Amino acid sequence: MPADRRPPPPGRHGYPGRIIAFEGLDGSGKSTQARLLVKWLGALGYRVFFTEWNSSDLVSDAIRRGKKQNLLTATTFSLLHAADFADRFERQIAPPLRAGYLVVCDRYAYTAFARDAARGCNPRWVRNLYAFAPRPDRVLYFRVPVATSIARKLAAREKINAWEAGMDLGLSENLLESFRLFQTRLKREYDRLAPRDGFVTIRADRGVESVVASVRQQIRPLLAGFPTAEALVHG
Amino acid sequence: MAETYGTRLPRATDGPIQGRLIVIEGADGSGRTTEVARLKEWLEIEGHPVVDTGLRRSRLVGAEIDRAKLGHTLSPTTMSILYAADFADQLENKILPSLLAGSVVLADRYIYTLMARAVVRGASREWARRLYSFALVPHLTIFLDARPEILLHRAIARYGSLDYWESGMDLSISRDRFESFFAFQRLLQAEFDWMAREYGFVRVDADRDPDAVDVEVRAAVARLYARR
Repeated sequence: MPADRRPPPPGRHGYPGRIIAFEGLDGSGKSTQARLLVKWLGALGYRVFFTEWNSSDLVSDAIRRGKKQNLLTATTFSLLHAADFADRFERQIAPPLRAGYLVVCDRYAYTAFARDAARGCNPRWVRNLYAFAPRPDRVLYFRVPVATSIARKLAAREKINAWEAGMDLGLSENLLESFRLFQTRLKREYDRLAPRDGFVTIRADRGVESVVASVRQQIRPLLAGFPTAEALVHG
Repeated sequence: MAETYGTRLPRATDGPIQGRLIVIEGADGSGRTTEVARLKEWLEIEGHPVVDTGLRRSRLVGAEIDRAKLGHTLSPTTMSILYAADFADQLENKILPSLLAGSVVLADRYIYTLMARAVVRGASREWARRLYSFALVPHLTIFLDARPEILLHRAIARYGSLDYWESGMDLSISRDRFESFFAFQRLLQAEFDWMAREYGFVRVDADRDPDAVDVEVRAAVARLYARR
């Protein structure tokens, strides 16, 4: 059998597909990079599926209600997001993964590990919560200084919401200052996770094109022996 | 200081617990709801302020859980985590403040039912234990232990039929609801037998009439207060 007709060996999670996770602070450029990677992989002929860390209908109402009535705590916030991710994993990520796709995730469970730890949740408890989520084949961590993250966020004229700014922690009365302090905590958590979870750290405080080149360089080894859509159908 | 099963709640209001957390566990048809009402009455007559609580009563996710159950669309893992969110909301916004204020919190079921359901639906005991490790350790847990045959007769007498979820139909053990009910109740019973030893439940034989159950439950609660 020619090499390209052999089914690819399963990833370390046991599924035939691959999980590529993008992680990093707001304004680290990871979403832009994730989209560009999806385009590139598609152009190379691979079957690609893209998913974002967005709340589904399942818990968005609960989260909105909780925020409005001031019921949310670090623990319930953590649990609601875990339920949401469990649901999305089941519905959106697992099917393409089992069908042998390259699944590109703009944020993965590590976002929850960083945020929940920054809010004071016990990290081991949070990890147990996410035991359903398989380890990705690659985690790309887009590392930027907190100042860059804030500057990009402000330049994009994006509204900072109170939870993103960690206002519930009472770090500062000022939204922007609280955002800065919370991002600093998140960065510390990401930096702690990076060696522990084998992240590929990408310096992201530079031009988009040069970051693209780094991303492609990191992903290329993952593609060796992985079949394109063409090879799967006609091979 | 409130004692938990190993994980501290972040930013929880802390202080000396003046109240008592009393949990009544037992399947539907074990006489649990009747006993909770009686015990509440008795405790109040004895002069204790009582706050009652149960599962799926939180303002936060109660609606989501009801909706999910109607559609039968969520995976067991997602359901388990949603139930944990519901429980955490009640623990932080109701149970803990009430205990700090000196009330008796009377819980109509607690994490044990939630853990048993998760395990029966495929979660590992270890995962479920860790998931609920932020829960407060009750001062007393009473387990109303009734045989599945008794539960069946009470369900039929009350509703005329068997409930989809209480029969564990989502587990696809059997398409026959009666068979499924017995198999499901036996699985739950096995979890409760294990937990009764592990967590030191006071087991009360609930095959008997409500008066006999009530006498035994009161005696257990009276012992709790005598210990002080």
